[in-house]
Amino acid sequence: MSVKDISSMARDNFFEFVTEAVECGLRLSALFAQPVNKDQVRLWAILCHDGKSLILPLYTDLKEPWYPSITSRCAQAHLFEREIFEQWGVKPEGHPWLKPIRFHSSYGAAVSQSEIGVADFFRMAGEEIHEVAVGPVHAGVIEPGHFRFQCHGEDVFHLEISLGYQHRGVERVMPGGPDKRSIHYMETLAGDTTIGHALAYCEAVEALSEVQAPARAQVLRGIGLELERIANHTGDLGALAGDVGYLPTLSYCGRIRGDVLNMTALLCGNRFGRGLIRPGGVSFDVDKAMCDDLLRRLEAVETDLSTAVRLLWNTSSVMARFEGTGTLSRDICDKIGMVGLAARSCGADRDIRRDMPLGIFQLAQIPVSTGRSGDVFARAYVRWLEIQRSIAFIREQLNSLPERSVRSTVRPLNSDRLTVSLVEGWRGEICHVALTDDRGKFVRYKVVDPSFHNWFGLAYAMRDQQISDFPLCNKSFNLSYCGHDL
Amino acid sequence: MLNVLWARLKQKHRTMDYPDGPPPPLPDRFAGCPVIAHDQCAAGCSLCVEVCPTEAISMDYAVKMDIGACLFCGECAAACPNRAIWFTHEYSMAATRREDLIIGTGPVTPKQAPNAKIGRLFGRSLKLRQVSAGGCNACEADTNVLSTIAWDLGRFGIEFVASPRHADGLLVTGPVPENMRIALLKTYEAVPAPKLVIAAGACAISGGPYKDHEEVNNGVGNLLPVDLHIPGCPPHPLTIMDGLLRLIGRIS
Repeated sequence: MSVKDISSMARDNFFEFVTEAVECGLRLSALFAQPVNKDQVRLWAILCHDGKSLILPLYTDLKEPWYPSITSRCAQAHLFEREIFEQWGVKPEGHPWLKPIRFHSSYGAAVSQSEIGVADFFRMAGEEIHEVAVGPVHAGVIEPGHFRFQCHGEDVFHLEISLGYQHRGVERVMPGGPDKRSIHYMETLAGDTTIGHALAYCEAVEALSEVQAPARAQVLRGIGLELERIANHTGDLGALAGDVGYLPTLSYCGRIRGDVLNMTALLCGNRFGRGLIRPGGVSFDVDKAMCDDLLRRLEAVETDLSTAVRLLWNTSSVMARFEGTGTLSRDICDKIGMVGLAARSCGADRDIRRDMPLGIFQLAQIPVSTGRSGDVFARAYVRWLEIQRSIAFIREQLNSLPERSVRSTVRPLNSDRLTVSLVEGWRGEICHVALTDDRGKFVRYKVVDPSFHNWFGLAYAMRDQQISDFPLCNKSFNLSYCGHDL
Repeated sequence: MLNVLWARLKQKHRTMDYPDGPPPPLPDRFAGCPVIAHDQCAAGCSLCVEVCPTEAISMDYAVKMDIGACLFCGECAAACPNRAIWFTHEYSMAATRREDLIIGTGPVTPKQAPNAKIGRLFGRSLKLRQVSAGGCNACEADTNVLSTIAWDLGRFGIEFVASPRHADGLLVTGPVPENMRIALLKTYEAVPAPKLVIAAGACAISGGPYKDHEEVNNGVGNLLPVDLHIPGCPPHPLTIMDGLLRLIGRIS
């Protein structure tokens, strides 16, 4: 929509509105700053009402480089307010936990950069309280992050997660675009979510240039997105089995995940879907022979996977470790604004594919899978439900591909526009917000990976757990480090 | 118990025959090592240079392509009016020396020089610590997959270990953000000598799409001596495996 159609709010009204809206059940999908001139920023809030399929953008122009923090009343704003402070030096006065999140130098006003990993970490005192610090280089083949546990014996009182090691400066360089690197930033924002982020970006660009991807392309995008979901969920189920020492499922799922990635490679040559999604549609079409091949492979995946995964639910030693571990209540989940699979496992019935559908999801609905217990078991079992539903979706779509072209021509972007693009990636809601200037170039491009909402959920889930359960809890969320760090 | 055995039977034996047998089939659309046919280049044309997102293609008297910077996105091949650039199915692309990743004139050849010393030291056991330094998790995932039963890197004595102190070298992914520089250097120091450094993926070799961002170090080569460069975005598992096996002298 045109920025001119959105009216500015006074600062206090803006924050009052955001806080009350969140209290009434809307979610804060994004809260970010846009520089308007040398020493003024505009704060944008993107509120979503899942039940009413409503996306509400609002803004206020700040006159001073500070504002009264809302985090203590609205926990969903917690990381966003820290991000705004770090990026632009705009201080949320009274923020209870104001520390850097990515440890980079400010984009606007000069705020001195903290050295990575040097922060005022939360610390407990007391007899027999001890601190365990892990990372940045940690565990096996995994991205870097720093974890600090406050423990009493084996019990964890609190976990503080400090990231930023993966910061590559994506949001800093996006203004001025789109250019030839933009799509590659999106495809590598979080490599396991290549299709999810590329899709959110392309839908934003298409909205800004008022073109639509052809129907066939939209179906192929949906297939790509669901293949990405199946591949990652399969890998996670295997890794969860591995974390409790149950090797059969670990071995089988590791292999089957590769088979799913190879299906994506069949579509576009790349196992992660790089090069598949482009503004205007998709770069590759499929023919009848490829459709048949994909259907055949899908069937093999389904058969092998159900044998491998059902072993988990029938093995008491696995279930004993899954059930009741890393439990997160629905209340906390809603308070901190969790999204996606982790939220659905707590019973939150939200899924962008149903609530704010775009593309093929407007026509073909995938039933939303939810759990209730909010523990590792729920996060594992919801994965399995989603895999089965994604397989059914892909099968149905491959059997009814619409005809004709797979790519439309994208025109230059309209000027002075705002667009919000939401995609249900395999981790959850991916939110991209693009703002264009008077020449139709990006003036601000905001990316919110689902991990940004959910990392705090992991910290919360670790309370009163055994420290040895951290790998299991961590894997059950499987959040992105680079998606958070950008 | 019976269902576990039944599942085991159903899942069959899945480890591939490669390298003793043929490599696993690659998808038709797989983009491997590119080829440039200079004689087909139109005079004065520089379209491929212009469309490349990572400045991997340069031109002095002829077109040159740095596959260490290439994302294999195919923009250049699509832009070329004379089809003078195309991507083959050649998966073997790893090179010992950085400069061997530059494709100019001449045929595509395996670029790894056999190194008897590395073969002697690590030929039967190579333990690596993987360090993701700004890697997007794609290179990491396709490195991880080598430990699964289909690829089973353990057959060759190659394993990923948790501690750098147990390792013979590092396999680094990502453009090495400034925020990871110290952690990477400390991890390297913790590896006992003699040690190897392997740069996997466009980011680790050259910075990839993040090249010249002030937040990154344009790959690991600017900080540590690199013994093996594995191109790709991400490299196909077969490219990584081929590179590692050539490095230890298991295939040549």
